[in-house]
Amino acid sequence: MIRPQKPKKKIGLYILIYGSLLLLYVWAFSGVPMDGFKDTAGQISKAIFSGIFSPDWDYVYLPDGEDLLRGLLDTLAIAVLGTFISAILCIPFAFWASKNMNRARFTTGTGKFMLSFIRTFPELVMALLFIKAVGPGSFAGVLALGLHSIGMLGKLFSEEVEAIDPGPSEALAATGANRIQTLRLAVLPQVLPGFISYTLYRFEINLRSASILGIIGAGGIGTPLIFAMQSRDWERVGIILLGIIVMVVLVDMISGFLRKRVV
Amino acid sequence: MSQLAEPLRPTPPRKLKLYFTIFLLALFLFASAYQTDSTFSELFTGLPNMTGLLVDMVPPNWAYLDNITPAMFETIRMAVVGTTIGAVLAIPIALLSASNVFQSSWIWYPVRFVLNLVRTIPELLLAAIFVAIFGLGPLPGIFALGIFSVGIIAKLTYEAIESIDKGPLESMTAVGANKLQWIRCAVVPQVSAHFITYVLYTFEVNIRAAAILGLVGAGGIGLYYDRTLGFLEYDKVSTIILFTLVVVLIIDYFSGKLREKLL
Repeated sequence: MIRPQKPKKKIGLYILIYGSLLLLYVWAFSGVPMDGFKDTAGQISKAIFSGIFSPDWDYVYLPDGEDLLRGLLDTLAIAVLGTFISAILCIPFAFWASKNMNRARFTTGTGKFMLSFIRTFPELVMALLFIKAVGPGSFAGVLALGLHSIGMLGKLFSEEVEAIDPGPSEALAATGANRIQTLRLAVLPQVLPGFISYTLYRFEINLRSASILGIIGAGGIGTPLIFAMQSRDWERVGIILLGIIVMVVLVDMISGFLRKRVV
Repeated sequence: MSQLAEPLRPTPPRKLKLYFTIFLLALFLFASAYQTDSTFSELFTGLPNMTGLLVDMVPPNWAYLDNITPAMFETIRMAVVGTTIGAVLAIPIALLSASNVFQSSWIWYPVRFVLNLVRTIPELLLAAIFVAIFGLGPLPGIFALGIFSVGIIAKLTYEAIESIDKGPLESMTAVGANKLQWIRCAVVPQVSAHFITYVLYTFEVNIRAAAILGLVGAGGIGLYYDRTLGFLEYDKVSTIILFTLVVVLIIDYFSGKLREKLL
């Protein structure tokens, strides 16, 4: 009886892969301090859990000064404004980096490199730098998100531009339209739904980022959260966490609905 | 001669919806700008500070590399260990939340709900909570990254599991395999390549995340941002930024190559 042979394995390659993986893990796990547990760890986690399940409802609305709703509104505002700024600023980058808009490969290459450079620059570090420039507060957060999101939005937008049908542009060029007219009447209608959908998607991401920017003093709900943590006011931490989760889930739902409508 | 009837022309689409959308968007933007105190004047007064800061950043202080190299290794280590923990935990969770592995919605619905909740919490927030529990050091960072990774990997994997070919599942059922055999021989071979690419992708995300976790005291190179910015040593800040950038790009490159090979 002829049996199908087992596929031959490249033993050398497997040894190389698993060997290097093993080495990587030995190196990684050997550096983890296993004695880092504080004695109070159990106690504090219990306090956090009880705080999260019995949140400080009074904090939701305080007639004067900082409360949860105002913090969340601030966070939302940072995300809206930051996303809008980046959605506008990334359009030239997107055209710069897309293959079908420039003939020179060099231009496209530099555009793509610029975008990936911006992408790898974390928004928190940007926020730290903007705090030094415009002072602590929400505005620094807006600028940081606005600049950081250019990286991802520009990449997605440029992929959208690269995927358009060349037909309408050629038709317009044949009727003697100039470059601006071609862009407005042939390219823009094709890419606009994609642009809007990606912008909404980035808005969802930015909302999550905006809720942590306050940890370093760039506005939003993060600032009261980190204060509550430092003063070990777990009931307040609980209500803020709850507020963030509810806001993120709601905004995700609305944005998801809009994205389905657009595309 | 009878009067020629007015030719039927298509009426242009109503612009009302468009105007309303634009109005609503403008309203949102103004409200957001008001809430965050964002004004152009503030931007223009801040810009000289910003350029001054950027000028201070060049040339980078290369001698500082010696100080931050151990922290960089710690960052990579945190990402490796955190991603591994997340990947291991994500396997059962992904199986439990796939609707074609466990048909009863009593199982996958609650699991997915918890998974979605976990994904709304930003990693820096998780890190801040774990720092409160375990104290300063890389350990809270590792746990935060682990939980954060579970969210991403489990979500992507269960979506991959739900799109697998039904044939092998049915034939395993037909030969009377129990649930574990069923999963091992019919599900795992179909999704393992996807799973590994998702783990690699999450590792790339985690390297970026680990580089800033230090801002809340959770270990890694992020700690040095605080230190150097506090002393206004911008040449050192730019060294940290560039170093992180290079490491991230190198890891992205290799991970991307591996991911291409796998799929």
